[in-house]
Amino acid sequence: MLKKTALFEEHTKLNGKLVDFAGWNLPIQYTSVIDEHVTCRTKAGIFDVSHMGEFIVKGKYAKVFLNYLLTNDLSLISNGKAQYTLLCNRDGGIIDDLIVYQLLEDQFLIVVNASNIENDFAQFQKIYSENKTRWPEVEILNKSDQYTQIALQGPLAKEILQPLVNINLDEINPFCFVEKSALDIKNVIIARTGYTGSDGFELYLPWEGGPAVWQSILKSGTSSGLKPCGLASRDTLRIEMKYPLYGQEITLNTTPLEAGLVWTVKFNKEDFVGKDALIQQKSVGITKKLVGLELLQRGVPRTGYFIYSDSEEQNKIGYVTSGTHSPSLNTPIAIAYLDGEFTKLDSEVYIKVRNKLLPARVTKTPFYKKTKEQ
Amino acid sequence: MSFPKDFLYTKDHEWAQLSDNIVTIGITEHAQNSLGDIVYLELPEVDTNLNKGETFGLVESVKAASDLYSPITGRVIEVNKPLIEEPSELNHNPHSNGWLIKVEINNEAELNDLLTVADYEKLVNELA
Repeated sequence: MLKKTALFEEHTKLNGKLVDFAGWNLPIQYTSVIDEHVTCRTKAGIFDVSHMGEFIVKGKYAKVFLNYLLTNDLSLISNGKAQYTLLCNRDGGIIDDLIVYQLLEDQFLIVVNASNIENDFAQFQKIYSENKTRWPEVEILNKSDQYTQIALQGPLAKEILQPLVNINLDEINPFCFVEKSALDIKNVIIARTGYTGSDGFELYLPWEGGPAVWQSILKSGTSSGLKPCGLASRDTLRIEMKYPLYGQEITLNTTPLEAGLVWTVKFNKEDFVGKDALIQQKSVGITKKLVGLELLQRGVPRTGYFIYSDSEEQNKIGYVTSGTHSPSLNTPIAIAYLDGEFTKLDSEVYIKVRNKLLPARVTKTPFYKKTKEQ
Repeated sequence: MSFPKDFLYTKDHEWAQLSDNIVTIGITEHAQNSLGDIVYLELPEVDTNLNKGETFGLVESVKAASDLYSPITGRVIEVNKPLIEEPSELNHNPHSNGWLIKVEINNEAELNDLLTVADYEKLVNELA
């Protein structure tokens, strides 16, 4: 039985094409992936991302515990700020990527991937129980079923949301948020975060508040060309940015160094889970690395396709983690793990796309760059 | 969803239209709708000989790749080249401008194996 978000009826009304997404019945698209993608890049799109998991961690020692559990350095943020970070195991393998929002000095909202809610929660509890005596009375609560999460993304996101809230949205900088009474809801978190690479906001509100907020945003955005967007366009948007997706770019078998996420690992902070393994890997060096590839011929690269160094298919050097036709660039693009020596910019490699070997080139990422108008 | 009456159909959601001994082949509206935005197309060269049931090309959408199967035996006499440059036309007009290839056939009896519009419409409705 698929789970339904609070917005299920809204998706049905809008003729969303509903699919099983990590156990949730969510729209993959409403009309067209490309149209939704382009709308989000040029105007604005609204996404139901309520399947994401939410934990609350609180207590006097909550911050020091989280700073031990996660790779980034939470001492760099304060109330009203958010941080992208990783949950690693002791081997440095990635259990999940997540965002920490500091609500109060002793209270944090942690947003995790839907497919990882149970694993993450277990890891939070395991690591905490090993350290309980050091950091007593930290509460870890799984509130995933109590939130509706709506992402409003795109260059017009701000002007669409502004009339609905009594706060100046210009004052919310990227990776910052406010928790206010807004949109007829007592407590809503309005964060300048997202997973598309376009400007925008993510809203966290009580589950049952979803439909009214969804409807008022859609109404406010009608004249700006706002459209509901499904998860397929969320995927093509994040691929254009080379944002990792758990299960594809990042898994237990990949480390932050390999995934190009070493900026989220603060080696100079005190001990944290995975630190020794990651220091070890840093000194020895990595053997594979995540890169962006642009195809030099037409075709559509997809997850799992193999990559070779030669056109004779002799020397396998990697695999595609995510690939698509880029709607913004109108070319095929891929994110891939390649063996170290082939990861230099402009290296030429061959992707086995179905029964053909197509030449591709290691390219700069993000694939998509915002223009001035945006 | 439209189902042109003068077409024959396959279980793989292709259509075939006979005119003299030339069969025009395309994919159905149901096919384009299931695939979503089509971004890439591979079609055979003119003069390629196709056997019934043989793969003759490929359609890729943002979401999925789908092989094309020849509904009949014959020789390719024309390929819709402009479509390769503008694959989205397959989404917009699958039954007209989105035709794929024209094949000269030598055994008209093979057409009897294809589905009538009534059979195909029934098949699609069962999938819905």
